[in-house]
Amino acid sequence: MDLASAKMIGAGLACSALIGAGVGIGNIFGNYLSGAMRNPSAAPGQFTNLLIGFALAEATGLFGLLIALIILYG
Amino acid sequence: MAETTEVAGHAAEAHGPMHQFEIKRLVPLEFMGYDITFTNASLMMILALVFISLFLYFAMSRRALVPGRIQSTAEMLYEYVADMVRGSVGKEGMKYFPWIFTIFIFILTLNMFGMVPGSFTVTSHIIVTFALAAMVWITVTLIGFAKHGLGYLKLFIPSGVPWWLMPVIVPIEIISYLIRPISHSVRLFANMMAGHTMLKVFAGFVVGLGSLGGIASLGGIAPIAFLIAFTGLEFLVAFLQALIFTVLTCIYLNDALHMHH
Amino acid sequence: MRAVTALGKAYWRAALAGTAMLAAGTSTALAEGGLPQLKTEDFSPQLFWLVVTFLLLFWVMSKIALPRIGEVIEERKDRIQRDLAAAERLKGETEKALSAYEKALSDARGNASSIARQTRDTLNAEVDKERKAVEDQLAKKLADAEASIGATKDKALASVKDIAGDTVTAIVGALSNVSATKDEIDRALAASGGNK
Repeated sequence: MDLASAKMIGAGLACSALIGAGVGIGNIFGNYLSGAMRNPSAAPGQFTNLLIGFALAEATGLFGLLIALIILYG
Repeated sequence: MAETTEVAGHAAEAHGPMHQFEIKRLVPLEFMGYDITFTNASLMMILALVFISLFLYFAMSRRALVPGRIQSTAEMLYEYVADMVRGSVGKEGMKYFPWIFTIFIFILTLNMFGMVPGSFTVTSHIIVTFALAAMVWITVTLIGFAKHGLGYLKLFIPSGVPWWLMPVIVPIEIISYLIRPISHSVRLFANMMAGHTMLKVFAGFVVGLGSLGGIASLGGIAPIAFLIAFTGLEFLVAFLQALIFTVLTCIYLNDALHMHH
Repeated sequence: MRAVTALGKAYWRAALAGTAMLAAGTSTALAEGGLPQLKTEDFSPQLFWLVVTFLLLFWVMSKIALPRIGEVIEERKDRIQRDLAAAERLKGETEKALSAYEKALSDARGNASSIARQTRDTLNAEVDKERKAVEDQLAKKLADAEASIGATKDKALASVKDIAGDTVTAIVGALSNVSATKDEIDRALAASGGNK
């Protein structure tokens, strides 16, 4: 296997970090929704926290994507 | 196949996904042996500085008691950041409010300017975000030591942990403290870079499909639809990452001021 | 069916093109020396301009922009506070005026009722006096009338007695030639009249 192919495979593997990000984002929105259905009046007050949680979870996955990009282009 | 590669290769020459992050040297400058060339990044930073200053100047020039549209936007920004500082740091955090507001509006403006097609995203460069995060880390650490003296080191000894766990917990705490500027900066950098790269890759798909000719060109509609949705998400991310950078700054500042850990 | 196949083919080619482009991008990036973000020779100009713009912005924000916004917001808050205080004060005054008005009203009502009572009492007293006078007059007239009736009756009775005596004397004389003395006849009459 030459280096270029190995790099492609490695980049693909690094992208699997986004699985975790997907699960995390799904968790955050799912729990927000179920909480909002139980107590709809409290939901708008937590919207900012929801977005912060979303961005934090997404960023964690993007660390993996960043590794992929560095492998590909770095 | 050969033709496809040729088309793509031609497209990549000018529009490779990483091309947008290139630093273009506009005016070569040197200062005391250091390279301080005026680049496209410098241009965007100057533009952001001018934009923010002019925006706030015009917003507040009337000083109206009943605010107009831009004045209420400016006041909303002010109140938003002030509420954030008051909420997560407390009253004594308001001393550092101008600093936090500057961080927030600077990053927000740079992120948003980066969303303009053909422009340059300053915050997609690790050195810039790292410099900002290092500034936050150093400032916060200095504030912590200035306020608590050597007692600030107690930050690494969490309360309510049995003594025999200390040899494990304390190094973890120290490492997590030292790693703060890295995670702080990489979070912003990775988001901006990944988002813009993604947009560019999908734009490449649109060009690739569109250049097939005939009915197959219509296949480009799907990636365009995705691109539009993703651009909306990128605007949200541009705002949220500026917000998160600021919120984390507030949290670190709160740690330094109050040390309840 | 053919369109679907064409579309599938198109996507396949696009995927190929995309991958090829990524690969081409990789090769150009590699040719240019990796990620633009990792070029160390670009670090110093970026850092310099970041420091300059950030410090300038910080100065503008902390010395000019933010104090001004804060001032306006403070002023508005003060103004609202002042207006609220004024409203509170006016409300207090209104309440005072209202209570004063109510007191005046109840006083007036009390006055009115006392005046009415007084008037009624005066009128009643006058009426009573007049009625009493009239009644007294009537009683006097009645008494006079009764007295005169009594006198007349007495006179009449006395004359009846005399007439009866005379008649009895005459009848007794005519019937029996027994001349009854006046005293005897009076006694007999008194005995019969007294029983009546």
